[in-house]
Formats: sequence, C-alpha cells, structure tokens
Amino acid sequence: MARKDGRKADEMREVKMEVGVLRNADGSARVQIGKTIAVASVFGPRELHPKHLQDNEKAVLNCIYMMAPFSTTERVRPGPSRRSHEISLVTKSALEKVVNLKDHPKAVIDVYILIEQANAGTRTAGINAASLALADAGIQMSDLVTSIASGKVDGEYVIDLSGDEEKITGCDLPVAYLPRSKEITLLQMDGDLSKADVKGVLKMCIRGCEKLHKIQVDALKKKWEAETSK
Amino acid sequence: MTEKNTNDIQKSDAANGNVSDEKKIVVPGELLMETMDYLPGKNCFREGNAIYAKKLGLLRTSGRVVEVVPVSGVYNPEVGDMIIGVVDEIQNAGWVIDINAPYTAFIPLSGVREFIDTNKTSLNQIYAAGDLIYGKVMMFSPSKSVHITMQDPKAKKFTDGRVVRINTTKVPRLIGRSGSMISMIKDATKCFISVGQNGMVWLKGENEDIAIKAVQMVEEYAHTTGLTDRVDAFLKKELGSRPAKKESPKESFEEYSKESASNEEYVEAKE
Repeated sequence: MARKDGRKADEMREVKMEVGVLRNADGSARVQIGKTIAVASVFGPRELHPKHLQDNEKAVLNCIYMMAPFSTTERVRPGPSRRSHEISLVTKSALEKVVNLKDHPKAVIDVYILIEQANAGTRTAGINAASLALADAGIQMSDLVTSIASGKVDGEYVIDLSGDEEKITGCDLPVAYLPRSKEITLLQMDGDLSKADVKGVLKMCIRGCEKLHKIQVDALKKKWEAETSK
Repeated sequence: MTEKNTNDIQKSDAANGNVSDEKKIVVPGELLMETMDYLPGKNCFREGNAIYAKKLGLLRTSGRVVEVVPVSGVYNPEVGDMIIGVVDEIQNAGWVIDINAPYTAFIPLSGVREFIDTNKTSLNQIYAAGDLIYGKVMMFSPSKSVHITMQDPKAKKFTDGRVVRINTTKVPRLIGRSGSMISMIKDATKCFISVGQNGMVWLKGENEDIAIKAVQMVEEYAHTTGLTDRVDAFLKKELGSRPAKKESPKESFEEYSKESASNEEYVEAKE
C-alpha cells in the first residue's frame, strides 16, 4: 500500500544535513527531514553562571528546544511552553549518555535547538542536529546520536511520519539510537500500540537510524573534506 | 576511505610537493582499528578489541599509538603553556584573567616578578583591568583552577598592539614545524607576533592588518596541505601592492621583550 505522499512503508522523507552553518556558535548543524527543519547550535564548554548551578563532578548539559513562531501554520507563542520544556528534557537525556561531561567540571555545554519549520518529527530532527553540532564543537563523545519516529497508519507500520499521517493516526514512537553501542536513549509513545506493534515499529526505527547515521557521518566529513580539496 | 584511495591522495600531493599523513577525518564513535597491536592515544578509547574515536578530527598513528587530532574545541590548559590573557578583575591577592577557556585563570601575588606590599601599592599599578598579559601556566589543578606565573623570562605585559582570537586547535599549524609558518608571517609583514597556546595572537607593526588576514587564513585552512606556499603567495600579493616604507623595524622579537621588560621595571621604580 502506497502512502499519501507516495513513499514506501520503510522509506524516509528526503534527508539533508549540513554542519557548521552558524558562524558564532562553537558547533552548529542544520537537519532537514522532509518539511521539518531543525537548526542546532552548541556553545562551550564555558563557565556556568549562576555559580550554584555548577556541578563539581562534571559539566552540565543544558538543552533548550524552541519552535520559531512562524514554524507552523498557526503561530507558536514564543517562550517556553509545557511541550518545549518536556522535549528539552528528553533531548538532554538522549544526548547525555554519549557526551563526556567528566572532563569539564563546573562548566556548561549549551545546546540550543530551533525548529525553523515543523511538519512532524521535530524532536527527532532536533536530536540529529544536536548530535552533529556537538561533534562539530569538538566535544568528546563516545558515539553520534540518531533519531527517527515510526508509527502505525491504517494497520501498517510506517517510518518517519509526515504531518498529514500524524494527524490521521495519532500513534507514533520516537526513538533515539546509538549506532555503535546499539543502545536506545529515547523511547516515547503517543497513542495506542500493542506489544507486538511496538516491537515491529522499534525495529523499523533502528533500521532508519542506521541509515541516518551514514548521512550524519557524510555531513561531518564533507565539511572538512570539501575544504581539504580547495 | 580505502587504503588505495589514501595512497592516491598521497601520491597526488607528493606530485604537488606536499606530503601529509594527516588526511583521514574521523567522527565520534568511528571504528579506527580492530587489533590489540595498537594503543588508544588522545581522543580515542578501547572497547574489547576495537579502538574508537572520541572526537571529530584527523587520524594519526605514531608508532603503536593511535590518536585523533581535534579540528575544533576549547582550550584545555597544560602546565608550562605560554598563554595570552586579558585582566578581568582585581582581587585582594591577585588578578583574574580571561584566557579564552572554560575557566578563568588567576595570577597570585607570588606570580609577579616584583615584591608587592599591598599596603603601599595598589594592584592595578601592576596590571589594570583590560591589560594584556603573556604568561606561563604554573598550575592546573583537578578542580580546574588555573594559576599563571609572570616569573618567566618570556612573560610580559603588552602595552600596545592588537589581539585576535583563533581556535586553539589551529595554534600548532600557525606556528608550523619549528616555527616556519609564524616566522614567515613575521618576516614578510615585519610585525611583532606572539602566539598564546590558548589561541590568542598578539600583533604589532605597520602591516598588522595583512598579518591578521594571514593568521585568519591559516585558521580557516589549517587542515589543508600546501598551506605555507599559499600563505606565502598571499603575503607577497598583499604586500606587493603596498609602497615600500623607508624604515622598517629590524630589531628582533627578543629585543622587544627586553624593551617591555624595562617598562615593567619602570612601574616598579615609580612606586
């Protein structure tokens, strides 16, 4: 069965990744998946103020997810919301596993994720972008983090739901996956999926994440190799 | 990249007269090798038999050690580094210095050349807020407090000139093999240049602007091969379009150091 936009069940939307898009950030990346665009910028490690937030054992990873007011058809009120606060938190825990925070006690690594355009899968696009931006900023990481959502539409498992599909079904499963250590650092579920469904959908996500990992590696290498050949 | 490709690149570079073994770019979590014959060096780690990269950078093997040379990141102080900093704040027992790192540094009273009686002398007579200093990292403790000493023959305060900040990972390239790159820029532009390990570069001279452009060029293309030739061409092109000045400061950098050292003595005498 073909999907609304003509994709196969295990076919992602077109993915574009670019590293080093912002001049003033220590590391930055833009990830475009279909019509969803996320830009991540990383600053630091740098001094953390106010001082009482400092951790004497390790650096603090500070993730902030925000949506541009013009990112959806209906204007998004700027500033933190219940939703953006939650996504910031899950993004932080998805990234924290790979980032070496022990090397910079008392410091902070700031990760800002801006959704320029939203069409389903904004948190997963944000995590992909943040992972690239962290690597670009020269921060020690044990792995890259990849992330994609899958769900069930009309009784069929499909990967990377678009905005239209999300409206029909309401059940999807965003996953963040570490391709080297094969661990899962984010698993959320919206809607209703049975145990068997979750297993099937999860498998699909992991296959998608492995594809995304290749694109991430290419994007990172491209930034430096393009300049090498100049 | 297969071994064949790497060889091809090296061959074509050899044809151009540039040979570099620092070619392969690796990303965090990338498998570097699967053998117990090698040891993981900087920015690498071992898991089981395999060695993985921990940072984005260039792969380098020296002897039996594999390491990743980072292409980005912040300055991590090391004892003995000569660094340039800006005086941020004056405290009772010393100066707080911004050193372009995640942590601020501190110069204790015992870190300056002269004896200071705090009852008679105000500390901003020695270094005032905003002053540029060139000092040596004396201590870097596990709790990340950095102490700088000025009791080093090379240490001094800059009274004029300009400072540009570059990424600390590009400093070795800016200096070049046994100082080849930096001395080329110095000779061509007739500028005094001091490079701090923390990525702050101090310059003074007639052709400062050209020297700054050259430094920024090195920063931007630090990971490319044949850079020395291109910087040389750039300097010749830029300087060639300028009318030659009659007098050019021929005194060496060491002489300038002496001059600024005598400035410090002047401060002492004034008290």
